Amino acid sequence: MASKYELSKIEVWDGNMAASHALRQAQIDVVAAYPITPSTPIVQNYGKFLSDGYIDGEFVMVESEHAAMSACVGAAAAGGRVATATSSQGFALMIEVMYQASGMRVPIVLNLVNRALAAPLNVNGDHSDMYLSRDCGWINLCTYNPQEAYDFNLMAFRISEDMRVRIPTIVNQDGFICSHTAQNVQPLSDDEAYAFVGEYKTKNALLDFSKPATYGAQTEEDWHFEHKAQLHHDLMNSVGVIEEVFEEFAKLTGRKYSLVESYDMSDAEVAIVALGTTVESARVAAKSAREKGIRAGVVSIRSLRPFPYKQVAEALQNCKAVAMLDRSLPAGAMGMLFNEVGVALLQNAQNKAILSNYIYGLGGRDMTQEALLNIYHELNENAKAGKLTHETQQFVGLRGKKMAFN
Amino acid sequence: MTKDVKNLKQFSKSAEKFEGANLLCPGCAHGMIIREVLNSVDGHILIGNSTGCIEVSTAVYPYTSWDVPWIHIGFENGSTAVAGAEAMYKALKRKGKYQGEKPRFVAFGGDGATYDIGFQWISGCFERGHDFTYVCFDNEVYANTGGQRSGSTPLGSSTSTTPAGRVSYGKKEKKKDLLAIMAAHGSPYVAQVAPNKWKDMNKKIKTALDTEGPTFINALSACTTEWRFDCNNTVEMMDLAVDSLVFPLYEIVNGHELRITYRPKNIIPVRDYLGVQGRFKHLFKPENEHIIEQIQKDVDKKWEMLQKREEAGV
Repeated sequence: MASKYELSKIEVWDGNMAASHALRQAQIDVVAAYPITPSTPIVQNYGKFLSDGYIDGEFVMVESEHAAMSACVGAAAAGGRVATATSSQGFALMIEVMYQASGMRVPIVLNLVNRALAAPLNVNGDHSDMYLSRDCGWINLCTYNPQEAYDFNLMAFRISEDMRVRIPTIVNQDGFICSHTAQNVQPLSDDEAYAFVGEYKTKNALLDFSKPATYGAQTEEDWHFEHKAQLHHDLMNSVGVIEEVFEEFAKLTGRKYSLVESYDMSDAEVAIVALGTTVESARVAAKSAREKGIRAGVVSIRSLRPFPYKQVAEALQNCKAVAMLDRSLPAGAMGMLFNEVGVALLQNAQNKAILSNYIYGLGGRDMTQEALLNIYHELNENAKAGKLTHETQQFVGLRGKKMAFN
Repeated sequence: MTKDVKNLKQFSKSAEKFEGANLLCPGCAHGMIIREVLNSVDGHILIGNSTGCIEVSTAVYPYTSWDVPWIHIGFENGSTAVAGAEAMYKALKRKGKYQGEKPRFVAFGGDGATYDIGFQWISGCFERGHDFTYVCFDNEVYANTGGQRSGSTPLGSSTSTTPAGRVSYGKKEKKKDLLAIMAAHGSPYVAQVAPNKWKDMNKKIKTALDTEGPTFINALSACTTEWRFDCNNTVEMMDLAVDSLVFPLYEIVNGHELRITYRPKNIIPVRDYLGVQGRFKHLFKPENEHIIEQIQKDVDKKWEMLQKREEAGV
């Protein structure tokens, strides 16, 4: 039996430590992992908890991230609570098995500490790995600070293991900016946290020898489409369960999350849509922009998958100009947020907002208040002119010649 | 450890855990090996299976041939899938959430999944000491994808990616010595088996399953499609393989104690084995005869080495 960890009402944790404690409190049965910057401390902290007797489960330090996810799928199918962590290249190596996990409907929680993808090799934060995860069939949640990294890990188990869902979940946090920056975090006690997450309920467990299950069957054109469509259906419908869990967590902690969160949007004419730590920076910039007479707001998205089209459109319905900030190389297209949010707005015929796309922060490049304020100024110009006054897509903070595309 | 090996009568009365209803080719030896593994011992067995002939012929939705828990993830990770399940068993057992008898954990893979693409995963599992048995269906070719060469394909074999032609005698490289590599991991038990030597196979599989830690079985599996012989000659083909010593039967305990478990009364020339298979037909042309001589030399040398190691106990 694992010993309890005495926690203060407020702990000073970075995002990695916050995630590690959440995993510990969820009393995971198996963690299989391989270290990679900047998610490494999650695994290291977990190892230390194990060495000090705070964890009762199995910790399998495998030889690669592909093996980490393979062991997670085997363990989850066997019938118990499973989690892992990774970043960047490690996540790219995992990708094959990510599809297997969602296709087999095993509830695993993956902490994805967001980082750039090579080449060139870069250990710093951007959202390239998050964007790589778009279509792998996992629920995909976004956090902005260590408190949220903690909260969302606890909630992720509830969502994934819900019998109406049974889909694995990614919890994203920004590499270094969140993962390595210590902030005040208000944890639950071990008992409270476990009571919230709850006992794991098995379903079609491999270790149930009275009812042998076959996992990972082959299908051809006669069944494959139905299986994939069912996954998509349940992913789209997981919105209800995610909102229920958000609600219950708010009752317990007072911290209320939504699929889409608006900041100063009640009368906003211009808005920035962003993910990750940039959301908090944008909120500060919006405040400054308002001091300069720009009616600025911020819309942020908690759930990248399922994508909350309706809620995004509602949040932005009265805006005249909207900028989507993407922290990943779009590689021959507009950024993902531009595309997703743009389509959400297109569905509403009343919407006449002028849309633009800013690519920023690749490989750890800072997003400054000055740059964010500049975006608000440009949005304001667009709103006043009633048309785009610059190219649709611009690169922010890039050295050398300005890059912009239509 | 191996005293209570089942006799044929007991074996035939064992519960059927692998359905005859499957899509394996007529004459495929894979089915024999699976039945052998599932029936050699009583009790719970959990299977992890890499992608390959077995996966696509026994678990085609909405059907399954498996009456035991079975999981397939990808081509390379049957071993790690089982390692994950084994870790979960340990965790649940310790927490009092698993009450039943201790299961045996088994990973299956073809030679492609074992010698090549999945080797890293297997090596990792053996290094970490998971308590499981890895069984390789060694048909010496990527049979499931249409007969391409693998790390197990023997010298001179004509495959779809090393076809014999006007200027080529087929595969240029020798078969990887996987048993030596697996023994070098410090595995408590590794062995080669062939389904024609039923008793020997039964005993070794039971030993592997009963031994704690990661154990390895390399099972010869004659492939009618890619070796190109009639499907009623599977067992005869494997008789020729073991009697020519192309596929010697031996085991290595604790990483170094080598024991030969079958010595043919009459060792037959490798020509007799090669000559009955389509994949080696071209070697009998005058310009390729030297490859047959080379294979014979290699077989002789290996046999000599195995005997010396057995005598020396190293």
